[in-house]
Amino acid sequence: MASTQTSGAPARQTSAIAGLDSLELGPVSTGRSPGRLARKTWAATWPKLLAIALVLGAWQLFHLSNFRGDTASGLVKGPGPGLANLWDQLHHATLWQAIGDTAQTAVTGYLLALVIGSIIGAVASRIPPLRAATGSIISGLQTMPSIAWFPFAIILFGTSVSAILFVMVLGAAPSIANGLITGVNYTPPMLLRAGRTMGLRGVALYRYLILPASLPAYLAGLRQGWAFAWRSLMAGELLVIIVGHLSLGILLNNAQDNQDLASAISIMIVILVIGIMIDAVFTKTDLAVRRRRGLLIDAQPA
Amino acid sequence: MKVLQRNGVPPCPGQPRSRALLNGPRPGGPGSGDDAAIRLTEISKVYGRGTGAVHAVDRLSLTVRDGEFVCLVGASGCGKSTLLSIVAGLDTPTAGQVDTGGRHVAIMFQEPALFPWLTARRNVELALRARRVPRYQRRQRAIELLETVHLGDFAGKRPHELSGGMRQRVALARALAQDADVLLMDEPFGALDAMTRDLLHDELERICSERSLSVLFVTHNVREAARLGDRVVLLSSRPGRVIGEYEVPRTGPRRIDSASVAGLASTVTDRLREEMKRHG
Repeated sequence: MASTQTSGAPARQTSAIAGLDSLELGPVSTGRSPGRLARKTWAATWPKLLAIALVLGAWQLFHLSNFRGDTASGLVKGPGPGLANLWDQLHHATLWQAIGDTAQTAVTGYLLALVIGSIIGAVASRIPPLRAATGSIISGLQTMPSIAWFPFAIILFGTSVSAILFVMVLGAAPSIANGLITGVNYTPPMLLRAGRTMGLRGVALYRYLILPASLPAYLAGLRQGWAFAWRSLMAGELLVIIVGHLSLGILLNNAQDNQDLASAISIMIVILVIGIMIDAVFTKTDLAVRRRRGLLIDAQPA
Repeated sequence: MKVLQRNGVPPCPGQPRSRALLNGPRPGGPGSGDDAAIRLTEISKVYGRGTGAVHAVDRLSLTVRDGEFVCLVGASGCGKSTLLSIVAGLDTPTAGQVDTGGRHVAIMFQEPALFPWLTARRNVELALRARRVPRYQRRQRAIELLETVHLGDFAGKRPHELSGGMRQRVALARALAQDADVLLMDEPFGALDAMTRDLLHDELERICSERSLSVLFVTHNVREAARLGDRVVLLSSRPGRVIGEYEVPRTGPRRIDSASVAGLASTVTDRLREEMKRHG
């Protein structure tokens, strides 16, 4: 039985190869210095600070423009009083309760979509005729604005969380299924050949080759699915008013009913921040996966 | 496992073998029973049907003896890669027979085709897993195999962190992990620079003789074939047929710039040009 036989190799040969290897790999990166870290942090931070400043500036201009004349001028408060309102709300249990409630629906709906979408994607990618058929259904579903499903969902489920979950799943599952199908379809044929010659077959081929190879496309599907789910959720909370239920959509509705623009803006900021935070998680994951696979060139801003 | 003395006395020293002996089936002939690692009999491969059909390979017969290093050389369209795919079982011939006598066959391509999400070690381990090597042995075996190709220090690197030559060596380690008796190589060094290729030739020669592997090595580089092969087999283009065979006398260590290698290379090249003129 063959085992280690390195000792048989002439030393001269070994050192020639080691030398060539180190030449080809180039100089090793010098690692992290505090100065570089600070520069990197600053490079990542200033665009965001500038964006916030621009938004606040626009808000102030809007306030100064005295939109809708004197009678209504009190409605549009400037960024100062507006942010004070948000600060105030953040110290009340109501907002946090609403955030908790919305988050719970978001997680439930997204997990449902994740499971259903992944199963559909996995099955469809294995059976070519089914894949062709589901492809059309999926693109059809994606062009349909999810809000158009609400009358259907409310008739079917009544004004309940189920109606919202239903629309979320319809919005998100197709994207997730599509991501997985795309990933499987675009598994490099070269890797499949290599896997088959190694003796990977059936489930093992899926588990160790096709699924890991599809991960980047699947992640892109998950991210798009989340965007659809979040939009469907917000639309649902505004449309499906459930008695005794407190959610961000209901707070937004209340603000509308009370002609309370400052509160409406506060809730919108909360919704925006949640969206940005979740998106940042997806971006980070995506970058990590791509970096691991060498699909990303670490471009350092000079 | 027997060890072949690669630099010792060759199985059939120095003499050009007659075509009649190598082509066609030799049932029960002397030395044909046990020592054939690969026996291809009248292999044909046709793509498509009717008037548009392309004959990639036409009634090709070839035998690779145990422990022999055979280089297949030919211009484009000689069905070299098709032939390897057929031997590897990735493709089926339209007609003819492939017999590897139940030997394990591993194949290496021009692209390393490593899995980019796995480290070098894990890539090798996956081949061991596919062979059902128990988990507790895999890590150790993978490291040993990487050390064989002088990459023990790079076990934790991912493919994109390695150079082209290093990736191809990981691919070689992965092929060795399949514990094959027969190694099929489809222009494995085609994408590498000359210096790396030279070093890898030495490496491959060492590993093959240590493990007494039988190798069928496809290349369009005549010098590479003359450098590596115990026998160089020349194929015609479309359809692929054997049009010449050159036994390489084993007199000692060879290098790509050895006089004997250069001599054989120019003979083969001349014959190859004749063949190309036929198409021109």
